[in-house]
Amino acid sequence: MNNAIIIQSLSKSYGDVEALKNISIDIKTGEIFGFIGSDGAGKTTLFRILTSLMIPDHGTAEVIGFDVVKDYKELRKNLGYMPGQFSLYQDLTVKENLNFFAGIFKTSIAENYHLIEDIYKQIEPFKNRRAGKLSGGMKQKLALSCALIHKPKVLFLDEPTTGVDVVSRAEFWEILKSLKQQGITIVVSTPYMDEAALCDRVALIQKGAILTIDTPENIVSNFHEPIYAVKAENRHKLFEDISKFEATKSAYWFGENMHWIPKENFDEKSLENYFNMLNYNNIYIQKISASIEDVFMELMIK
Amino acid sequence: METAVRVVNLVKKFGNFVANDNLNFEVSKGEVFGFLGANGAGKTTAIKILCGLSKPTSGTVQVAGFDAYHQSEKIKQNIGYMSQKFSLYDDLTIKENIRFYGGIYGLSSKFIKQKTDEYITQLQLEQYQKRFVKDLPLGIKQKLAFSVANIHNPSIIFLDEPTSGVDPITRRQFWDLIYAEAHKGKTIFVSTHYMDEAEYCDRITIMVDGKIAALGTPNNLKRDYKANNISEIFLLLARGIKSENH
Repeated sequence: MNNAIIIQSLSKSYGDVEALKNISIDIKTGEIFGFIGSDGAGKTTLFRILTSLMIPDHGTAEVIGFDVVKDYKELRKNLGYMPGQFSLYQDLTVKENLNFFAGIFKTSIAENYHLIEDIYKQIEPFKNRRAGKLSGGMKQKLALSCALIHKPKVLFLDEPTTGVDVVSRAEFWEILKSLKQQGITIVVSTPYMDEAALCDRVALIQKGAILTIDTPENIVSNFHEPIYAVKAENRHKLFEDISKFEATKSAYWFGENMHWIPKENFDEKSLENYFNMLNYNNIYIQKISASIEDVFMELMIK
Repeated sequence: METAVRVVNLVKKFGNFVANDNLNFEVSKGEVFGFLGANGAGKTTAIKILCGLSKPTSGTVQVAGFDAYHQSEKIKQNIGYMSQKFSLYDDLTIKENIRFYGGIYGLSSKFIKQKTDEYITQLQLEQYQKRFVKDLPLGIKQKLAFSVANIHNPSIIFLDEPTSGVDPITRRQFWDLIYAEAHKGKTIFVSTHYMDEAEYCDRITIMVDGKIAALGTPNNLKRDYKANNISEIFLLLARGIKSENH
């Protein structure tokens, strides 16, 4: 089976709010596929449909050969789902939660321990602690262990790293990589643009529609507009002046630099001249390659 | 320069656990001060103390000129607070939320009405006026929450992960709002997990295991640690020493 997931013309509305607008995507077996988009993009609605928890208004979706509506019973035995909100039993201990999830899938912790070993051993010292009393990072690891305990073929992770610090995020992605080695197809959503680079392919999603689907490398290399990093001593003044400049198509802060995209027929020379005219000293202008976040923002404005 | 927040040898213990281990820092009036750290490093504990919601175990804490031990009510009146997790009531409309917060701070109906109109125009909320807050896009909700946290004209605003999950353009617009207030002389105390946002602060501190591991301007820290960006420094400081024991 080449495609683990086939999504065709999927739509879903809540009243007059269109959460998903005619979405079609194929996700390959064994890949890490990322849905990159912010709150309200439709990621959670899509995940709920793909995990058979919600019925679409239009269109069809097949996950590992099962139709998400007709074959939901078989499908559920074969997928793991980690929702965005912590959904384990807060008043059960770490071990009790894991036992419970193993139990409803008619398996045991021992049977699939190899799958969760790397993750679970980090929380095992706290196995008798109630889930509600765990720190954010530990809750996340327990939720992932519970989603994996029945050896799913495909794993859905809805914003597993939102509100999580940089260090724990890096650790979490290491775990995902090792799960991929075991042949599990991983579908993950995130609002963090830097995590896109860690996926095999990504879909940039905004207001229920797909902006683009490709490998992170291609998304960046297919972006043909020139882009410059600009730095000056007075950040506030730089922002004001560059926003006013007639040649500016867009200008956004990226950490200490401003990323500047000129309108057609303008380049760094135009910007240099402009700054000279305004008597700027120590201006730094450097042509750079776009990041996923640059591309995403340009696609959002379109 | 006028001092907005003064923290000397702050210690906070829960039983045997030391959540804040001898913190020292000052924040000047009009400064944008970034408060970074891994989950569980002790940021929330410190913010609660600075907001007058929790008392220090020992040390000196002064916020807006008031003492955290004896004048916590005064502190609350003079600060604004918003967080990613809770900022506005989901089942109240925009106007009801503004009226509620205005009322809590004892503002007159006339003033609240004037502020309501001002926020709705400023944030272009006309089309959302009658909606419940739970139906607002997160970005708009967070911009509104920031305005509401500012309704009683506090001298310091505490922002706890205000941009988590917000789209990249709105995230930057949110920082425009922060800058605008800082230019008016407001002190901004902000925590974030976006390392690019750390660069937007005048100074930042990075907390690791209850202690302040680094404190300075983003440029000076990058120079001292020979790092290209704040993310590198954060990973360097927080990795390895990070514990999950609490």
